[in-house]
Amino acid sequence: MDAFNSLLDGFGTALTPVNLLWAAIGVLLGTAIGVLPGIGPAMAVALLLPVTYGLDPIGAFIMFAGIYYGAMFGGSTTSILLNTPGESAAVVAAMEGNPMAKSGRGAQALAAAAVGHFAGGLIGTILLVALAPTVAELAVDIGAPDYFAIMVLAFIAVTSVLGSSRIRGLASLLIGLTLGLVGLDQMTGQQRLTFGSLQLADGIDVVIVAVGLFAIGEALWVAAHLRRRPPEPIPVGRPWLGRGDVNRTWKSWLRGPFIGFPFGAIPAGGAEIPTFLSYVTEKRLSKHKDEWGKGAIEGVAGPESAASASAAGTLVSMLTLGLPTTAVAAVMLAAFQQYGIQPGPLLFEREPDLVWGLIASLFVGMVLLLALNLPLAPVWAKLLRIPRPYLYAGIMFFAAVGAYAVGGEVIDLVILLIIGLIGFGMRRYGLPVLPAVIGVILGPNAEQQLRRALQISDGSVTGLFNTPFAVTVYAVIVLLLAWPLVRKAVTRRRVEA
Amino acid sequence: MTTQTTDIPPAEQGERRSWLREHSELGVCALLLVLGVLVLTDALTMDVDIAQRGPVGPKTVPVVVGAGLLVIAALLAVDVLRGGRGQAEGGEDIDLSEPADGRTVLLLAGVFLGSAVLIEPLGFPVAGALLFWGAAFALGSRRTDRDPLIAAGLSLVTYVVFNNLLGVPLPGGPLMGVL
Repeated sequence: MDAFNSLLDGFGTALTPVNLLWAAIGVLLGTAIGVLPGIGPAMAVALLLPVTYGLDPIGAFIMFAGIYYGAMFGGSTTSILLNTPGESAAVVAAMEGNPMAKSGRGAQALAAAAVGHFAGGLIGTILLVALAPTVAELAVDIGAPDYFAIMVLAFIAVTSVLGSSRIRGLASLLIGLTLGLVGLDQMTGQQRLTFGSLQLADGIDVVIVAVGLFAIGEALWVAAHLRRRPPEPIPVGRPWLGRGDVNRTWKSWLRGPFIGFPFGAIPAGGAEIPTFLSYVTEKRLSKHKDEWGKGAIEGVAGPESAASASAAGTLVSMLTLGLPTTAVAAVMLAAFQQYGIQPGPLLFEREPDLVWGLIASLFVGMVLLLALNLPLAPVWAKLLRIPRPYLYAGIMFFAAVGAYAVGGEVIDLVILLIIGLIGFGMRRYGLPVLPAVIGVILGPNAEQQLRRALQISDGSVTGLFNTPFAVTVYAVIVLLLAWPLVRKAVTRRRVEA
Repeated sequence: MTTQTTDIPPAEQGERRSWLREHSELGVCALLLVLGVLVLTDALTMDVDIAQRGPVGPKTVPVVVGAGLLVIAALLAVDVLRGGRGQAEGGEDIDLSEPADGRTVLLLAGVFLGSAVLIEPLGFPVAGALLFWGAAFALGSRRTDRDPLIAAGLSLVTYVVFNNLLGVPLPGGPLMGVL
């Protein structure tokens, strides 16, 4: 019941007028940004980092949580009404949602998605409340070698689970690690890759890297390939569901979270895999198999519920282990670092107000989302008509504000542009952006843990493997690395048989 | 020797050009290679005798990263020469069927750089408005009646919100001095 009491305290924090206001602003901004084509949740959080410089950490994270959930919700609106999903997690929503909208059932598709997000977020967050303190307790004794092992796991997972090419994922990770090296060495004060420049001695701020790769890189990339005529959204009324629809979908809403949550918690690419798995499951269980592909409502409800639950799962690993499993979590981790807070097992002991306030605000945010989004959906749909030059000019503008606000230095804007050009090149040649961001954020930390572990063991490499936890993590890493080989062997045998 | 190179028939020259265009990803390998050499040189020329604490000094990780960059550059080159291609990223507003529009990208980068330089002498509200208008222009918006107004409004509101409400200082410049 300890977690329950802490959660009640958390509601005490989250329900103060100021924090309610931040939650509402976060949810509204998140939904608006999620609906806007071309801006995903990671870019949204990165662009809004500077807004929080003047805020206390609790208010800032309450707002970020609202943005995260809101942006996921908004993204599915875009998929359903435009059929050109911007992020991989929203692809599944378009598969059944867009045919529904085309056949005049857009309102039902939006409602199924909205309730799905609510149900998924709710169940996911309840699982978060139940599991996170236990995970934190189990992990509270972990030391430097264990942390290092977790970070290696994050590096390997992000390069080999995601994307189509491991080599390109690794190249991206190494670019990130290199950017993370710039500056003074944390343990000795040795200058690295600074080339004698004073500005570089402070290191490159993670905010600038995140904004450069996500925002400037994306804006430049879109500019090079801007569609002459933007796709026309399908007009839609106020979302609602008839009794028949509810009868068909309630089981899907409840099933989704149990697929989404576990996948969110492990470094497996966030919502992409679970939404697809949920889609396949719903299709198999459906009594209306003939409707699939033409607009089956279960195909919207299940995956959307799974997507929101995976966001809650992501928060478990981020808060208890400091392990970011998605791009949004990585940027939020950077935000924690801005405040000098290190997420990890001790976070629940050291910052109970922050953690439980944040978790309670997730519940608040979900209720706000459902209350706002059902009536406001037609308004959100109007955002899809924004002229694209304004949209991408606005992204450049706010990226510049953010980078300049970091330290008031013009040189930061130049670095931002250079990193943006790197981001452009990465998109052109299929290098995933996420490994680079994870590399910048976790790289310096991983190095410190590595050196600390070796310091304790007096230089002996066995110091990295001397805990059961670390050995387990390395076993998982070996499995991850061996998986494609195993799969190849299995399919070959199947073909032979 | 020089005459030989100019004597290459035009067809072959075109072939070579299209080969280079198809294998432009090798440029990524070259950049990774340069980056690796840079990181390695910086690490190996480091003078750490006094500063080192513990068995692993500030050199180790850069050496590993630098070596990793070299290895990946080589592996990527092999992959590209065997016909592997990085998949260009898609998106809502992206049309990959048309060739890349390099002019827009250069124009955008130029506008961004120009406004960055102007922030300090002109202040944020003016430089920010120029950035938005310039970027919208580069992206194809030609509404001279509407664009500057939107740009000025956005920039001014942002300045007030950040500087006065959120407590994130931005330079006002001469304009804010007058107002």
